[in-house]
Amino acid sequence: MQALRWIVLLPLIGAAINLTIGSRIQRSVGRAAVAVLGSGIALAAFAISLTGFLRLRSLEPESRLLIDTVLPWLHVGTLDVSIAFQLDPLSAVMVLVVTGVGSLIHIYSYGYMDEDPALWRFFGLLNLFLFAMLTLVLGDNILVMFVGWEGVGLCSWALIGFWYKDRANTAAADKAFLFNRVGDFAFLCGTMLLFWTLSGLGHATLTFRELDTAAALLEGQALWGVPVATLATLLLFVGATGKSAQIPLYVWLPDAMAGPTPVSALIHAATMVTAGVYMVSRLHVLFSMAPLTLDVIAVTGATTAIFAATIAVTQHDIKKVLAYSTVSQLGYMFVALGCGAFAAGVFHLVTHAFFKACLFLGAGSVIHACHHEQDMRRMGGLRSKMPLTFWTFLISTMAIAGLPPLAGFFSKDEILWKAYQHSPLLWGVGLATAGLTAFYMFRQVFLVFFGDNRAGAVLDDAHGGHGAHDAHGAAAAHDDPHGHHGHEVHESAAPITLPLVLLAFGALTVGWLGIPSALGGSNLFTEWLAPVFAAAGEHHGAEHEGLELEYALMAVSVLVAFAGITLAYLVYIRKSLSADTFSRMAGGVPYRLSFNKYYVDEFYYGTVVAGGLALSRALGWFDKNVIDGVVNGAAAMVRGVAFLSGGIDKLVVDGLVNFTARALDGAGGALRLVQTGNINAYVYVLLIGVTAVLLTGAW
Amino acid sequence: MLGMSMTTVGLSHYLMVSLVMLCLGLFCVLTRRNAIGVLMGIELILNSAGINFVAVSRYGSAGFDGQVVAVFIVVLAAAESAIGLAVVLGIYRRMRAIDTSRLTTLQG
Repeated sequence: MQALRWIVLLPLIGAAINLTIGSRIQRSVGRAAVAVLGSGIALAAFAISLTGFLRLRSLEPESRLLIDTVLPWLHVGTLDVSIAFQLDPLSAVMVLVVTGVGSLIHIYSYGYMDEDPALWRFFGLLNLFLFAMLTLVLGDNILVMFVGWEGVGLCSWALIGFWYKDRANTAAADKAFLFNRVGDFAFLCGTMLLFWTLSGLGHATLTFRELDTAAALLEGQALWGVPVATLATLLLFVGATGKSAQIPLYVWLPDAMAGPTPVSALIHAATMVTAGVYMVSRLHVLFSMAPLTLDVIAVTGATTAIFAATIAVTQHDIKKVLAYSTVSQLGYMFVALGCGAFAAGVFHLVTHAFFKACLFLGAGSVIHACHHEQDMRRMGGLRSKMPLTFWTFLISTMAIAGLPPLAGFFSKDEILWKAYQHSPLLWGVGLATAGLTAFYMFRQVFLVFFGDNRAGAVLDDAHGGHGAHDAHGAAAAHDDPHGHHGHEVHESAAPITLPLVLLAFGALTVGWLGIPSALGGSNLFTEWLAPVFAAAGEHHGAEHEGLELEYALMAVSVLVAFAGITLAYLVYIRKSLSADTFSRMAGGVPYRLSFNKYYVDEFYYGTVVAGGLALSRALGWFDKNVIDGVVNGAAAMVRGVAFLSGGIDKLVVDGLVNFTARALDGAGGALRLVQTGNINAYVYVLLIGVTAVLLTGAW
Repeated sequence: MLGMSMTTVGLSHYLMVSLVMLCLGLFCVLTRRNAIGVLMGIELILNSAGINFVAVSRYGSAGFDGQVVAVFIVVLAAAESAIGLAVVLGIYRRMRAIDTSRLTTLQG
């Protein structure tokens, strides 16, 4: 299907226009033109994706695959890769999410960036990001996916550091980029290992469709005693931990909040960070062959989920809470993938894209209204001033907390159910995370929208490590160029509220696509993805085994969610429980650990960064003293040799040359006397010569 | 010597004449300062060689080869003197002199 390429190319064209002549358009035609171009392109891509989806739906479930081969790309040795795009049920879901949520965020950006002079650059980069993300999602082989994979990293870097005049923002951007690079390197290694092994077996391919069948060949192959499938998938998963912010490479995501809020919503909540989940689902056949990797994924996901949730509980920055929440929810998705429930993971990805994008955009609306204040301790009571923002934020919060019948309930419960079937311990961790999620999300709602307005409150930062300062840095980053310093907070304009309403509607309804059979639904979503994951042996008949159990688990998770909400209510509304009692618990150690993010950043600074610096210092010393010594010694030696050689040159060689010249000169001087120029003289010589010859002959 | 002159003229007589001509020619070439004189000396040398060829041909057994060569020499001498005179004329135009003692610009 030829149209597929346009889904990818349209955003590229939009980016090319906006990044080259965008500033001129903005100056001569107006800011709206730039925004309309950017958003229009995103909407057009969404429309094409929608037609592609409908086309796909009209096909038989087994033959749902559209391919658009654009160009042959690499044909080197056994490697044969084309720039080709494929639309199957899985990539269709992703494309719809990326372009759909992406379009809304484009529209939102026009409202949010209303005073920024470089609007054209913002929309150009957003379009470029869409291009890279869609390449990642639609690519029909690992290499095209990797191009997108790197592209989204680059756009993420450029957009986190969008307000590049502030050093903190560019530092955050660099941090994100470097952490991603660590993952990308592992991804590349995994890809190469895969290709190398397969080409050794005579089935060199990197195309997903062919990989699905060729993967079976990897059975029994081992490298250094480790099955190749396990090693390759582990490496690929390390790549996923970088992109999808899992332990140990998650620390860049909270810092990435330095970027403008639409960026956080689009890249660091809805789309890019889910790339790892998508990649694992895409290669599910391969991952299913490696039970060890799946276990590692499940454990990493669960650990990340609870770890990030405990951090989110104590953060003051409205965006940091959401960032840790994103890390936590991504952990959920990986739990699902690790349990082999790929469809459940992707389902949570989709619902999460809606409610988390809505939460971020809502937070952005609040930040925008509060003149770029991000500290929740300076907010409060915004419920009546920003009703639309409040209601959409509340709906999304209920969705993420897992209250029925909102989106998060269905996707989260499906994951918890699969986790329980896999291991009750995973389920327990997931359940605890769900409770924490409900608590910290409602804590946020209560702090921001209820109570009194605490704008301009003086904060006691005596105990607040550098976390609070980060928040201030980010808040001050924009340096309020608006000029309106009034404290009157009011509802945001239509470009901001419209996407909020639509996303909140999604957060409310998207879950209904996946109502499990236990609740009388037909789980349309899993059914839609069934052709893709059929090979993974995902059996949905198993659900009927313990219907009572499933009901019980649902009830427990809803109860836990309500418990979390109640706790937040008691602490932050009724104030019958003081937050201080919790923070002083056990000598305040748990609170300080959580508030300072378990000192993981400090740990990385102390080990990796300090280690790197120490190593570079040691290498510098080595360079200066040893390498330079060797080089200087060599130079001195060469100089000595050159001096000797110069002497010999001057005395012997030059002497010889000069002697030759002088000898020739003398000989010439002597011989020139013979050349008198007088013919008679020549004839004399001739005569004498001839006579001599004749006389000699006569003898 | 005079009595002998009444006897038949033989090869040696021709060779003697030719030798005398050669010596005269050489003397002319060596002593003349006038370039045309030098050329005339060269003519004498060439013709002494011609006499040699004819005489040896007449008294030898090589048929007419020598006489053919003599004809060649005559033609060659004509050409030589034509070119020689042209050269001398050219030198005169340039140098206003044909005195060989003054034409020493090729001196080393």
